[in-house]
Amino acid sequence: MNKKNGILAVLGIVLLIFPLVVRSDYYQHLIIITLIWVIIGSSWNLLAGYTGQVSFGHAIFFGIGAYTAGILATKLGMSAWWGMMFGGITSVLIGLFVGWVCFRLRGPYFALATLAGGEIFRLIATNWENLTEGMVGILIIQTFRSKLPYYYIALALAALCIYIIHIIMKSKWGYYFVSIREDQDAAASLGINIVLYKNISLLVSSFFTGMAGAFYMNYMGFIDPEVVFSLHFISIMAILVGIVGGVATIWGPAVGAFVMVGLQETFRSAFFGLAPKWISQGHALVFGLLVIFVIMFFANGIVGDWSKIKKIFFKTRETT
Amino acid sequence: MALLELKNLVKDFGGLRAVNDVTLNIEKGEIFGLIGPNGAGKTTIFNCINNYYPFTSGDILFKGKSIKGFKTHKICHLGIARTFQIVKPLARMTVLENVTASAFCRIKKIKDARDEAHKVLEFCNLSSEKDKLAKSLPIGGRKRLEIARTLATRPEFLLLDETAAGLNPTELDEAIDLIIRIKDSGVTIFIIEHIMKVIMSISDRIHAINFGVTIAEGTPSEVAANPAVIEAYLGDEYA
Repeated sequence: MNKKNGILAVLGIVLLIFPLVVRSDYYQHLIIITLIWVIIGSSWNLLAGYTGQVSFGHAIFFGIGAYTAGILATKLGMSAWWGMMFGGITSVLIGLFVGWVCFRLRGPYFALATLAGGEIFRLIATNWENLTEGMVGILIIQTFRSKLPYYYIALALAALCIYIIHIIMKSKWGYYFVSIREDQDAAASLGINIVLYKNISLLVSSFFTGMAGAFYMNYMGFIDPEVVFSLHFISIMAILVGIVGGVATIWGPAVGAFVMVGLQETFRSAFFGLAPKWISQGHALVFGLLVIFVIMFFANGIVGDWSKIKKIFFKTRETT
Repeated sequence: MALLELKNLVKDFGGLRAVNDVTLNIEKGEIFGLIGPNGAGKTTIFNCINNYYPFTSGDILFKGKSIKGFKTHKICHLGIARTFQIVKPLARMTVLENVTASAFCRIKKIKDARDEAHKVLEFCNLSSEKDKLAKSLPIGGRKRLEIARTLATRPEFLLLDETAAGLNPTELDEAIDLIIRIKDSGVTIFIIEHIMKVIMSISDRIHAINFGVTIAEGTPSEVAANPAVIEAYLGDEYA
């Protein structure tokens, strides 16, 4: 345990001083995006990994959060930072509705319902032009020129998100969530109100994802439906972050976020300009291969199967 | 007043009447057996009692009050717990976590719930397995885990669905011993069982059904001698 806390402390300090040492906007931007993914991935993991309700529609909550912040700024003239709070709250309200509809279904049917839900919200955002400006998107003026404030806000949010999920999973709620994942009928017969607790899990998850969306609006200054309600850039990416990092582990989605954003960027920039340009088209293919590889050999993800990975790569070191 | 009463209980699955007009009363403190050939509707009755699915007509009274339409978890909070014939361990949780999760039914604090879980595991002779994953237990352990989980919800009334099926002779004796200790702790037990050694030795009264219809009720020896029961189990040439 002590060793683990030590590693965490070192990582924390590295992340805290990183933007002070690395002044490059590009790398700071990458870490900020990664931190946003830590939040989305961890939230997705609470619902899908711990509670067993696999969502293919987390873009719903991300998009709602982002649009809440954007609309508050453009239509009501409020600071988009208010969106951080209201984005979470509207996300929760939408989450209640999504839960009310989708929790009537179980397993793959629930997943498909959320998948459809994500597309519905994307189409609403595209077509309700009076409110959302449709495909034109929403543009706001960013508050800060420097990336530093954004970096620390994202870091604080990510840390808060992981900490709260950690606390929840140590509590009665945590036991109930995992019980529901393992067997809903058994859980109900043991006195667990499965509808209530599935909704609680969804609400916490949607709150943090909504906040991440609102932060994204503030940080990027521009959103449109194809970005924040995107099936493959948000909903599927959330699943990849969770699966690659390790489903139902506290640190899995965080590790997954670093791996996936790193990979995505490596391909997008065609190995930082070293490889031919056409490679940048291939990142979706590589994501697919990676997921197949992870599911076949490390079904519990990088964190979940860490001892297995360590055995393979550090065999010699362990024996000496 | 009986602890649990079934009044003219009927359950239809489409055109099939699985439980047909079953009436029975279970008194506080007894072990009440339910027997019948395969497909007689025994588990269906259990599923109606804890509202795994709703019944078609009739009524179920617990302590004189109807529990018709109560949600499954609410029924557990009232004090009715059940085990499943096809065991449903929370596979990727440890044995201790399985029992702790159900102890939260009555206990708020996590430490107290864990203490309660330790006590229940001790009672069910599962303490040595407490840190194993539930999925790694053999069938005997899983059956005992089912019971331990229900006991952690502190039931007044316990439904045991074929707890002894698939056990070897030693495990069978342990299971009988456990059921009797549960009864001695003041829990009323309603048990479905195929193994006659178990049901005949522990039941105070037995209710027999076939094709969803009551065919006999009485003490174990009365039921065993009843021609309708013998016919249901062995065919009419033996009756």
